[in-house]
Amino acid sequence: MIDIYRLEKKARQIRGQLVETSHKCHVPHLGGCLSCVDILVALYWQILKIDPEEPNKQGSDKFILSKGHAAHALFTTLAYKGFFDRQLLDNYGGLDNPLGEHPLPNCVSGVEIATGSLGHGLSFALGMALAAKLKQQSQKFFVLMGDGEINEGSVWEAALFAPMHQLDNVIAIIDYNKWQATGRSAEVMSLESITEKWQAFGWEAMAVDGHNMEQLLLTLKAAKKVKGKPIAIIADTVKGKGISFMQDDNNWHYRIPTNDEVMTAKKELGLIK
Amino acid sequence: MRNQFAETVTELARTDERVVLLSGDIGNRLFNAYKEIAPERFYNCGIAEANMITMAAGLALSGFKPVAYTITPFITTRCLEQIKVDLCYHNLPVILVGTGSGLSYAELGATHHSCEDIAIMRALPNMTVICTADTTEVRLALTEAMKVDGPVYIRMGKKNEPNVHCSDPIFNIGKGISLTEGKDICIIATGNMVATAMEVSEQLLEKQISTKVVSMHTVKPLDKALLMNIFNEYKHVVTLEEHNVVGGFGSAVAEWYVDNCRHYVNLLRIGTPDRFISHVVSQQDARKKYQLLAEPIADKINKVLEKEKI
Ligand SMILES: Cc1ncc(C[n+]2csc(CCOP(=O)(O)OP(=O)(O)O)c2C)c(N)n1
Repeated sequence: MIDIYRLEKKARQIRGQLVETSHKCHVPHLGGCLSCVDILVALYWQILKIDPEEPNKQGSDKFILSKGHAAHALFTTLAYKGFFDRQLLDNYGGLDNPLGEHPLPNCVSGVEIATGSLGHGLSFALGMALAAKLKQQSQKFFVLMGDGEINEGSVWEAALFAPMHQLDNVIAIIDYNKWQATGRSAEVMSLESITEKWQAFGWEAMAVDGHNMEQLLLTLKAAKKVKGKPIAIIADTVKGKGISFMQDDNNWHYRIPTNDEVMTAKKELGLIK
Repeated sequence: MRNQFAETVTELARTDERVVLLSGDIGNRLFNAYKEIAPERFYNCGIAEANMITMAAGLALSGFKPVAYTITPFITTRCLEQIKVDLCYHNLPVILVGTGSGLSYAELGATHHSCEDIAIMRALPNMTVICTADTTEVRLALTEAMKVDGPVYIRMGKKNEPNVHCSDPIFNIGKGISLTEGKDICIIATGNMVATAMEVSEQLLEKQISTKVVSMHTVKPLDKALLMNIFNEYKHVVTLEEHNVVGGFGSAVAEWYVDNCRHYVNLLRIGTPDRFISHVVSQQDARKKYQLLAEPIADKINKVLEKEKI
């Protein structure tokens, strides 16, 4: 049996670490990092077939963070999962530290692709998925995109291509946190109905509560079994999730927490008394 | 510079009903004042830059004066074909404004750097390319760009750049501005390196080298008359830009020189190297690593002049 409680605890620890590092090292984009922590924990602790010691081993699953501005969440997850020394987080973004606001190419073990310009990750995954089919390998390619990111036309070019070629080794996850940089996603672009849109494009589209670990795991496992179609998982999330004063407040797209705010956040997460 | 841009575009929209502001999901609250005076002429176009550019073309074809704004790489290279075909080929009066140019967003990685935009934009027929040195130039460039009957690209830094102009200079698109006079050497700088050029000239003065500094805000069309004067008068000319030395402002000057000068002038082109810049923690750090701070530039120039004495 999977210990859901253990995963939830891991997610809380990672959230605490994110807030702390953001304060200490001035890393922005907390809101969009906090919204995808549960997804990352589910993926890295239960779903991805990937060895932290040897992430590029033939046949390993791949994860691509297409919303590159959430690099902080990815790096922290990788550090907690043992891909590299957790001490690197202490000096995040500092001189000679490979961790920055966006992932650079091959910056740390477990990250190959540089993202930060939105709307590239899905096409990268399609290319790797085609290569895997050509080489008759069976691994899966997971991509995490923002709901703002899917404004980009390039995303929909990939969306049209993948079903045509039955790329059932591609699993696109959308961090549907209802905000983008300067507004509500549904007020900037006509985003609704997002699940139906992917369905209509020929994807196996699944909606899930992106903060419910049990549901996330069930959905991701089901996604891995789908045959003949690419899969889109619309994860219903809250920007700033887990910390009362950050939740659904888009100021935390850029804001850096104060020391007091870090303390309050850690208390709320049950990490300190 | 971005606050100045917001202020000026608001002023322009107040008096000219043809102004329409398009933004690519950046600048939270930056355009609040604009939205108050002309809410119907502001569109957040989302994170969809290609569509934004061609919509601007459609607006321009219908008599409006669109100004499209987002982070520099996303308003230039992200939507290059749209700029080439829909703006330049149709020669439409659309103003593109890029914020955070060059290495302003150094710590965000190469996705957010723009050290190729001048090269690419100036290779497009009909395009006017302006690199602004400070808030004064932002205001004047935008105001003048409104009068151009074709596409204009305005390249800006981010915020808190030092002022190089203490009062309004005469600003004409295609005409450089002389900031200091000097007899030994001329530094022609563009955009966010003009302030550095001023610092360099001060450092050189300590070594009894007197420097003329020019802000060549318009990279295209170049101020050919001014260049001719400079190249006739100085044996040493330096170009300075926060942009790849391949294809940028310095290249534009070198091209002009090869085509037009029949005598030898020592041209030193200073800019960013032809490689992606990573692992830098700030713009200052990047400039330090790649010798774009005043001191190493002054040293380099000094060495060139010393060599001549021997
Ligand atoms: C091509 C491109 N355009 C603009 C930006 C600037 N930008 C960075 S994050 C962001 C908002 C992203 O929104 P979303 O994908 O919903 O992410 P989240 O809200 O989850 O942080 C924007 C516009 C960018 N990085 N890339």
